[in-house]
Amino acid sequence: MARKKFKRAGYAGVVVAAPVSVPYERFSPEPAHWWLARALSELGKRTGLSPEDIDGLCVSSFTLFPDTAAGITQHFGLTPRWLDHVPTGGASGVITLRRAARAVQSGDANIVACIAGDTNHVDSFRAMLTTFSRFSQDASYPYGSGGPNGSFSLMTSHHMKSCGTQREDFGKICVAQRVNALQYPDALMKSPLTLEQYMDARLIADPIVLFDCVMPCAGAEAYVVMREDDAQANNLPYANILSTIERHNAFPDDPVQIRGGWALDKDEFWSMAGVKPDQVDLLQTYDDYPVISVMQMEDLGFCEKGAASEFIQANTLTYDGTFPHNTSGGQLSVGQAGAAGGFLGLVEAIRQLTGEAGENAVPDARIAAVSGFGIINFDRGLCSGAALLERGKND
Amino acid sequence: MTEPLPRPPKKDPQKRTMTPTSPPHARSRKGIVFSTFAAEGRLALQTCAACKHVIYPAREICPKCWSMDLQWQDIPDGGELIAETTLRTSVNTYFRERMPWRIGTVKLDAGPMVLAHIHGDVGEYERVKMIARTDKSGQGVLLALPEKETANMADDKQLRSLTCDPKHRRILVTDGRTELGQCTVDALVAAGASKIFVGIAEEWRPYPGSAELAKIPGVEIMPLDVTDTISVNELAGEIGGKTDILVNTAEHVRPGAAMQRHGILTARDEMETNYFGLMRLIQAFGPGMRGRGADGDNSACAWVNLLSVYALSNWPVYGTTTASQAAAYSLSQCLRGEFAGSGVKVVNVLFGPLEESWRQPLPPPKVTPKRLADTIVDALRQGIENVTLGPVAEDIVRRFKDDPFVLERELTQAQQGQAV
Repeated sequence: MARKKFKRAGYAGVVVAAPVSVPYERFSPEPAHWWLARALSELGKRTGLSPEDIDGLCVSSFTLFPDTAAGITQHFGLTPRWLDHVPTGGASGVITLRRAARAVQSGDANIVACIAGDTNHVDSFRAMLTTFSRFSQDASYPYGSGGPNGSFSLMTSHHMKSCGTQREDFGKICVAQRVNALQYPDALMKSPLTLEQYMDARLIADPIVLFDCVMPCAGAEAYVVMREDDAQANNLPYANILSTIERHNAFPDDPVQIRGGWALDKDEFWSMAGVKPDQVDLLQTYDDYPVISVMQMEDLGFCEKGAASEFIQANTLTYDGTFPHNTSGGQLSVGQAGAAGGFLGLVEAIRQLTGEAGENAVPDARIAAVSGFGIINFDRGLCSGAALLERGKND
Repeated sequence: MTEPLPRPPKKDPQKRTMTPTSPPHARSRKGIVFSTFAAEGRLALQTCAACKHVIYPAREICPKCWSMDLQWQDIPDGGELIAETTLRTSVNTYFRERMPWRIGTVKLDAGPMVLAHIHGDVGEYERVKMIARTDKSGQGVLLALPEKETANMADDKQLRSLTCDPKHRRILVTDGRTELGQCTVDALVAAGASKIFVGIAEEWRPYPGSAELAKIPGVEIMPLDVTDTISVNELAGEIGGKTDILVNTAEHVRPGAAMQRHGILTARDEMETNYFGLMRLIQAFGPGMRGRGADGDNSACAWVNLLSVYALSNWPVYGTTTASQAAAYSLSQCLRGEFAGSGVKVVNVLFGPLEESWRQPLPPPKVTPKRLADTIVDALRQGIENVTLGPVAEDIVRRFKDDPFVLERELTQAQQGQAV
């Protein structure tokens, strides 16, 4: 089809604020509704916003059945004029941000509450894997039912073979995140981790070991998207949105996933923001497995494809290091609370840019990159997204 | 290389028998089509009629050209292993009990990438030969075999979980009086069965081959008359707990349609063997086999029904016999339902006219008893559930799949004008 060139609009005047993380629990008898409610309640306390103030709602959750965002409006006493339910799992943080930002920018909504949460009952992880998607039911779950461990072990071994990454590189990521988590009050993993422990750890699905895997848990995360002048008028610390991207089912013919949609969109990602990778003060990747963090570092342009090993070994990855990465400990050390895992990095980035990161604050952090990745439908993650945020002017 | 499977030790009766667990069963409707081909031992995937793209996993639309004309076709079985892992944990109980478990990504020569079980003799990044089979849940899965045969390859844990290999198994052949029964025993012995119980009704009546049969090592002649409930129950009481495979060779065949019969005596005899005989065997042996679907290397694994292909659609030349075989076929479907989740496969062999006395006047092509016996063993070794044997059976099945109502007309109206 013939098509004229069109320049995407930026996000001037739209900001993110009010980072909320509900402390995670390994298992919870409460339903997803409770976790989302707690995130919203906390959001209200932190911002002074009441149900009447929220005229937009965006929800992300795997375990909300039989409800969706629509039922949540009545349950939570909201009368929004804009509503969305984002099903992109680990990419839901960035994608929710994109949806909400355009709604606010266009005036379809003034204040959008973005909430993500899932519960984790004793058997709910297995139940979710059993019914995750049609392709997984037909073509991956019957093969050993390893769940994501199986899929990501194939990607990990393929990345090691094709790009020269070493187990030590994955280990360095895990160990640095554990250092960050020891100071993050809500992390579930609280024992120190050494590289030796990582290298000697129990195999889960070769070459993946115990410390490469996230722990499923219950939890919730939230933030709001609103106009910059409203944030300033209400004295809410905020961050500006410099650029965003999203992509689904990129490179479908790659035999084993070795890159994600970021590789298609990274030029636009940086040019829209007018920022270069070396100006980024901290990176939050989606770390369901360290190989995916490595893939994001490569595909977003922090290093070349195949140069990640060198890049990781040349940097320190803790919050106070040369390349601060997953500064709250990431899912690997905080836990994976379903769809909230897709919000974790974004919420932590907002904390960093609004001066709320506590002991883990990256010194003088001005620009944060956040990346998401989700939905292993069959053999690979389909959804990818990324955002660049900048510290707001009122802080 | 695969270690040869040692003969399983005698079972300790004080030990608990493992309860059968099942790999994941849920599939989409298109996924069930894949399983249906796998049950025939066929590796078939959707192929786009418009752009020839081969599609996996099964879809509703061609992702390349959006044509919805997707045809299931047999595809070349070659491929290359491009990534692999050994799972050491699983959320599924069946796999958890069988860890470690090897899986990998295979690039098929036909195009798509698939996830597959990997045979232990496949080396890293080697070329493979793919097979599709039903697993213990009854659904189709893919397994990558080494491109060339290796020693003892049938004994591989992951392959053996898809097959019903007679090796080291104890097998009941329900009627050893016929050439078919005796050929079946020979073929099972050659396949490494550890014990073959051979049912003989009214043992005092002499039959050809009896002396040779009794001499075969591992063969035990047992009194069994499938038309007699007490006889069937007594035998099950004796060997029901150690019958790993049951091959029902008993049949009662007589030519003739309903109006050629006087009363229901012959039809009742046909039903007594072909339908009620099967029913008695199911009631006596079924529960024990269902409970032993995960009982070690010689678990219960298969129930073989030999059915005339006319069980699918009546052939008036053998009208009442065919009716009893249709009843047996229907009961075999019921048995599949009852065995679901147990890991015991129901193997149905649909065969064309057999070379034996009650089918003597029928013209060729016919199936010899030896060929049928070899086919049974081949199906067991390969783990195939649905077998069609002989040109007549293949022709009928093809017409049946095409349109069962047209087939009915073809089979019944062919009789017009023939002498009664």
